[in-house]
Amino acid sequence: MTTVSNLQRVLTKGHFAVTGEIGPPQSADASVITRKAAYLKGNVDAVNITDCQTAVVRMSSISVGKMLIDLGIEPVIQMTCRDRNRIAIQSDLLGAWALGARNLLCLTGDHQSFGNHPTAKNVFDLDSIQLLDMVRRMRDDKVFMCGEEIKGTEPRFFIGAASNPFADPFDFRPLRLAKKVKAGAQFIQTQLIYNVPKFSEFMRRVCDLGLHEKVYILGGVGPIKSAGAARYMATKVPGMDVPAEVVDRMVKTPKERAREEGIQICVEIIQQLREIPGVAGVHVMAIEWEEAVPEILTQAGLLPRPVIPPEITTAEQ
Amino acid sequence: MIVGEQKPLQEIKDMIAGAEKVLLLGCGTCVTICFAGGEKEVGILASALRLATRLDGKEVDIREATVQRQCEWEYVDEVADQIQEADIVVSLACGIGVQTVAERFPDVWVVPGLNTSFLGQPVEQGVWSERCAACGNCLLMYTGGICPIARCSKSLLNGPCGGSQNGKCEINPEVDCAWQLIYDRLSRLGRLDLITENMPAKDWSTSRDGGPRKIVREDLRI
Repeated sequence: MTTVSNLQRVLTKGHFAVTGEIGPPQSADASVITRKAAYLKGNVDAVNITDCQTAVVRMSSISVGKMLIDLGIEPVIQMTCRDRNRIAIQSDLLGAWALGARNLLCLTGDHQSFGNHPTAKNVFDLDSIQLLDMVRRMRDDKVFMCGEEIKGTEPRFFIGAASNPFADPFDFRPLRLAKKVKAGAQFIQTQLIYNVPKFSEFMRRVCDLGLHEKVYILGGVGPIKSAGAARYMATKVPGMDVPAEVVDRMVKTPKERAREEGIQICVEIIQQLREIPGVAGVHVMAIEWEEAVPEILTQAGLLPRPVIPPEITTAEQ
Repeated sequence: MIVGEQKPLQEIKDMIAGAEKVLLLGCGTCVTICFAGGEKEVGILASALRLATRLDGKEVDIREATVQRQCEWEYVDEVADQIQEADIVVSLACGIGVQTVAERFPDVWVVPGLNTSFLGQPVEQGVWSERCAACGNCLLMYTGGICPIARCSKSLLNGPCGGSQNGKCEINPEVDCAWQLIYDRLSRLGRLDLITENMPAKDWSTSRDGGPRKIVREDLRI
C-alpha cells in the first residue's frame, strides 16, 4: 500500500503524531478558515475538519479540506453516516480524493436531535464500521460497495476511525475498536481524555488484543476554557468522562487564570499519555480555541513537527 | 401491535370545520388496545367535540361507530350507510384504516383522528414502546432478540456508538441504549461472539427504501 499522507508518514516513521481540528463556520465565510488555520499550520501533522459536528449545519468538510490543502495544510476529512447514504458518501469520497484529500476519518455522527435541525430525516444507511469497510474496499479492491469496479483512479485514503473509551459498555469498547481495525481502520482518534486512569485501562485491554500493533492510536486531548466549561462537559456531554478533580481544579482557579490552567491540564494529560503503551500520538481538539494549540504543543515539547519528504517512505516500501 | 395516539382535539376540530354531519369511526383492534381509537375513545372524543363545537355556537351532528377491524373492507362495509351519510369521516384507526375507508368509499372525505406511532409493545399499564421497524429482513437472531434497527437511535448494526452512557442513549437519558441491552443479554447467554463479528451493510431494499411493499401468496389466492 502506497504511503500517501503526511500523517501516515509521521506515524510509520515512529514519531509521536499530532493532529489538530477545525470546526468549519456556520456560514460561507472562507476567512474563518484562513484565521483558524494560521494557528495550526506547521504545528500539527494534519488537521481534522469536522462534518457538521453536533449535527449543526456548517461549511462542508471536503470544501474546507480543499481550502486547507491550498494553504499548505494536510486535512483529515471527517465523514459521518448521519446525512448521506452509501451513494452520496462514495460520490463525496471520489471528489475528496480528486481535490487532494488523503486522510479520512469514518464516523457514525451525532444524532440530529442535538443540532439545529432536530426535525431532519436522518440517514444512517451505514454505520461507521460498514463505512470503514466500504472505504477500504474502494482502495484495496478498487470496487464500489456494490461490487462494481472503479474504472480509473480509485481513492486511496489513509483511513481513520474514532473510539470513545469512556462510553458504555466499557468492556465492549476494545472489542468495538477491534471491529474497526478489522474493517480497515489504520489510525484511531479517541474521545477527549480527562480520566487518564480509565483510558490506561482501556489501552491495556487494547494492547492485550494486540490492536496497538495494527492501528495507530491517537489520544484525544483538549484545553478547558473555564470552570463552567468543565462542569458542562462533566455533566451534559454524552460519552464524556471529566473526573471531579479536573472540575475542582478549574473551579478553584481564579477566573483570569482559567485559560492558563486549562492549557496546563491539557499539557499534563499529553505528558501522561506519552507514557501509556500503545499511544502513537495525540489529537488536539481545541475547537473555537485554535489559538491555544501552539502554546499547548510548545509546552508539551511536541514542536517542531518532523518533516518527512514523501519519497523517503515510498522508497522504503 | 400498531400503536397510535389520538390527535389533539384542536387539530381534529380544525379538520371537521364546516361539516354538519361528522362520523367518528373507531377500530376495535390495535388502537383499542392502546386506548387511542376504540369504542370508548370514540365516545369520549364525540362528547368533547360536541361540547367544543357547541361552545363555538355551532350545531354539528356528531355520530359514532366502531368496527371490529377498520383495515378490512368487509368490516367497514357493515357501516357503509353511516359512512356515506356523513360530510366527513374521522377515522380513529391507524393509517391503514383511514386508507381502507378512503379507498372503499371514493366519494367520502376521510381524515385521520389518530397519529399512527409505531409497531410496539405495551411494556406496562399506560406505556408503549417501539419494538420493530418492519424493515422486511429480520436480524434478531444476531442481536439476542433485541432490534437495533428499531431501538438504536442510529440503527447501528455493529455495537454502541460513543454516546452510550449508563445504559442510556445519547439522545435522551430516558431512552435505553439498545446496544447495551443487546450486550447484556448476549453476555448472559454467553453469545458475545455474535457481536464481535462485523455485520455487513444492511440491504434496505426490503424496507420502505425499496418502494411500497406488497406480499403476494399465490397459494392463498382464490
